[in-house]
Amino acid sequence: MKCEELLAMLNEYVDGSVDPAICEEFEKHMAGCNPCQVVVDNIRQTITLYKDGQPYAMPLQFRERMRDTLRRKWKEKHPNR
Amino acid sequence: MSTPITLETTDVELVCLAKAGDLDAFEALTSRYEQRVYGLAMRMLRQEQDAEDVTQQTFLSVLENLEGFRGDASFSTWVLRIASHAALKIIRKRKGLNTISLEEATEPSDNFNSIPHPEFIADWRQSPEHLVEQNEIRRLLDDSLTRLDEKHRLVFLLRDVEGLSVRETAEALDLSEGNVKVRLLRARLQLREDLTRVLGDPGRQLVRSHHHHE
Repeated sequence: MKCEELLAMLNEYVDGSVDPAICEEFEKHMAGCNPCQVVVDNIRQTITLYKDGQPYAMPLQFRERMRDTLRRKWKEKHPNR
Repeated sequence: MSTPITLETTDVELVCLAKAGDLDAFEALTSRYEQRVYGLAMRMLRQEQDAEDVTQQTFLSVLENLEGFRGDASFSTWVLRIASHAALKIIRKRKGLNTISLEEATEPSDNFNSIPHPEFIADWRQSPEHLVEQNEIRRLLDDSLTRLDEKHRLVFLLRDVEGLSVRETAEALDLSEGNVKVRLLRARLQLREDLTRVLGDPGRQLVRSHHHHE
């Protein structure tokens, strides 16, 4: 398997969801191809950074304003409750 | 009369209660998802006011359309779908474009053959666990994300950051799964490239061999 073919399946490899039928070929390539291994590692690290990074915190004032707006709308929609 | 709502109450149960007119249930749903929606909007739009508008529009839309929500998609997919479209609308407005569907805007070259190969390949000097603690990293992450085409950025945010499956992402954005995969790969590779150029150890840089491996 060439590096180019690996690229098209890279998502599945990173996610650990490669079809077992072709997985063996991947493992063989990966075992012998350091650059490909590093690329896969880099991608996993990249995803971790974004996933575990600090989220933007919603401003408290906005949160309260939105809650009030939604409550008003809700009561318009459900006047008997 | 009101059913006790706890952290264990599922989205499905909350939706059911909210449809029946339970405001507490609706507010519980909002609490669960508002931060995620806001975070997605901020990462798409990089502007607080726009992110607030998207967030509010999203939950107003949920309120208005809850009756029609049949639950074929999960509530999270539905909410993120609404938020995604609201964010894209603002981006298109910024660009001065009319509303075009994502499908029409797909370039014909959006397939695996045209994806750039990795160039700078090196192990990172520090692990993500150490990096997330550092403030400068946030800036690097944001800038790299902003450099992505918004079509690719959105798929990355939904799939890798929000954790939607490929199928759910496709549903949320009215794309084929194949399309999602191509965009996801583009995003992942470009982000990898940008981040590795900064975080990679130049002393351990690897070169891809062109005559490698049959």
